[in-house]
Amino acid sequence: MNITTTTRDTTAIVSLSGDVDLETSPQVRKALLAALGSGSDAVLADLAEVTYIDSSGVASLVEALQKARGAGKRFALVAVSDAAHRVLELARLDRVFTIHASVEDACG
Amino acid sequence: MSEALIRVQTRAVAERLRLLRSLVRETAASAGLGDDGVRDVVLAVDEACQNVVRHAYAQAQSERPLELEVLSDAGSLTFVLRDAGRAVDLDAIRPGPPDALRPGGRGLYLIRQVMDRVEHRPGPGGTGNELRLSKLIPREAR
Repeated sequence: MNITTTTRDTTAIVSLSGDVDLETSPQVRKALLAALGSGSDAVLADLAEVTYIDSSGVASLVEALQKARGAGKRFALVAVSDAAHRVLELARLDRVFTIHASVEDACG
Repeated sequence: MSEALIRVQTRAVAERLRLLRSLVRETAASAGLGDDGVRDVVLAVDEACQNVVRHAYAQAQSERPLELEVLSDAGSLTFVLRDAGRAVDLDAIRPGPPDALRPGGRGLYLIRQVMDRVEHRPGPGGTGNELRLSKLIPREAR
């Protein structure tokens, strides 16, 4: 699992790649909360390279969404991989998150 | 008559889940489940193992045996998980969809969404848990 955080204007983009599971989701949670705690007014989680996500990974995304709402910031998912989308659908969260096709779409 | 495809023993720790997922993936694929079915059983077994890691064993416990057995019969695959931890009462866990904005509590819901049968019983002698998760194999693959 790899996590990279980049910044574009006032948007922080947290890109995840690999398996997000019980072992790796604490790092994902930490990266998302750090991005929300920075000066950015929007955080995007890029899930294009996510090969697997479980309920603990989904919980990290939900927590980030809650924190963002509480702080008046925008939180969205971008380029959600098929593997990740299937789990969001099963968890009935595919309509809870704002999902953009790409970072360009989300920033546009 | 069911046949045991594999039976493995490991420690119930987060660091072993990736390995268990790859075993489940290969076993399910070789049994003819197809891509969607394989993806579903990998998720369900991973979530079930996660529950053992997080709930059946206390954090400090160092002996954390976990056994996974995969049984095949003509029409289905069954994943049997056995642990020696605290007995868990599955009926006490709310079966409906979790609140959208509550971070946790989705594991069992996901398992029930993707598996055709979920059975839980206490382990031998009343300690631990045995969870059996079954998935029907599509007719054309049998």
